Amino acid sequence: MSMKASTRQVDGVTIVDLSGRITLGEGSVVLRDTVKDLLGKGQKKILLNLGDVSYIDSSGIGELVSAFTSVRNQGGELKLLHLTKKVHDLLQITKLYTVFDVKDDEAGAITAFGK
Amino acid sequence: MTAPQRVSYRMESTLESVNKAEAMAEQFSSQSGFDEDTRSGISMAVREAMINAVLHGNGYDPVKSVKLTFEQNGRELIITITDQGKGLDPAEVPDPLAPENLMKQSGRGIFLMRAFMDEVRFRKVDPGTEITLIKRLQNNDLDPQEAST
Repeated sequence: MSMKASTRQVDGVTIVDLSGRITLGEGSVVLRDTVKDLLGKGQKKILLNLGDVSYIDSSGIGELVSAFTSVRNQGGELKLLHLTKKVHDLLQITKLYTVFDVKDDEAGAITAFGK
Repeated sequence: MTAPQRVSYRMESTLESVNKAEAMAEQFSSQSGFDEDTRSGISMAVREAMINAVLHGNGYDPVKSVKLTFEQNGRELIITITDQGKGLDPAEVPDPLAPENLMKQSGRGIFLMRAFMDEVRFRKVDPGTEITLIKRLQNNDLDPQEAST
């Protein structure tokens, strides 16, 4: 039920590989702490890989919105990568799909970040 | 078709109860004959209603509990979630799809319940709020023999 986040660097972009569920409680806290930690280190180009995220609830959606806003407010960029069908549909019905910059290809996502 | 069944639980105001209720919703909706996508939506609606009850209604108060009831009758699944909080007026919850609310961190729970269920009702009780979630079986959810009757 828990969520795991691991980070790696590719061409100045921090890729956060998330797996599990982003839900009220631990999942949301892991995401929040990870993004806060990255911003604290000055890493402002963040690509959240949601390929292994099986489920997001309203709290998880709120956490994604909050992460997006925090990064943008610090002059950075946050993009989403590899949405599962469930997460894709959820972002569609909440009208957030067009707010987030969603990518299907990691290499393409990395080049899409501003230099 | 499964026999009509009604089961009630008294749940603690904890996050664990939210997860348990979600798992129970998956189980009951499976027994009722809903397909995988529909089951997933029902489970999410129950999760959101439970979060509402445990967090916003009861405020994680260990003295307060949540009553959770599943009722299946072969035509629909009815789930009732009752908290002991101050009471919720859904009309006071802002539309999360309005441009000014789109980037808010919270306020999407009721919207998601309505998105995945056929009917969502709110009723003030004393004390608290009762949320009723209803999902009807479509003909193509039923087995062929059942659908032809």
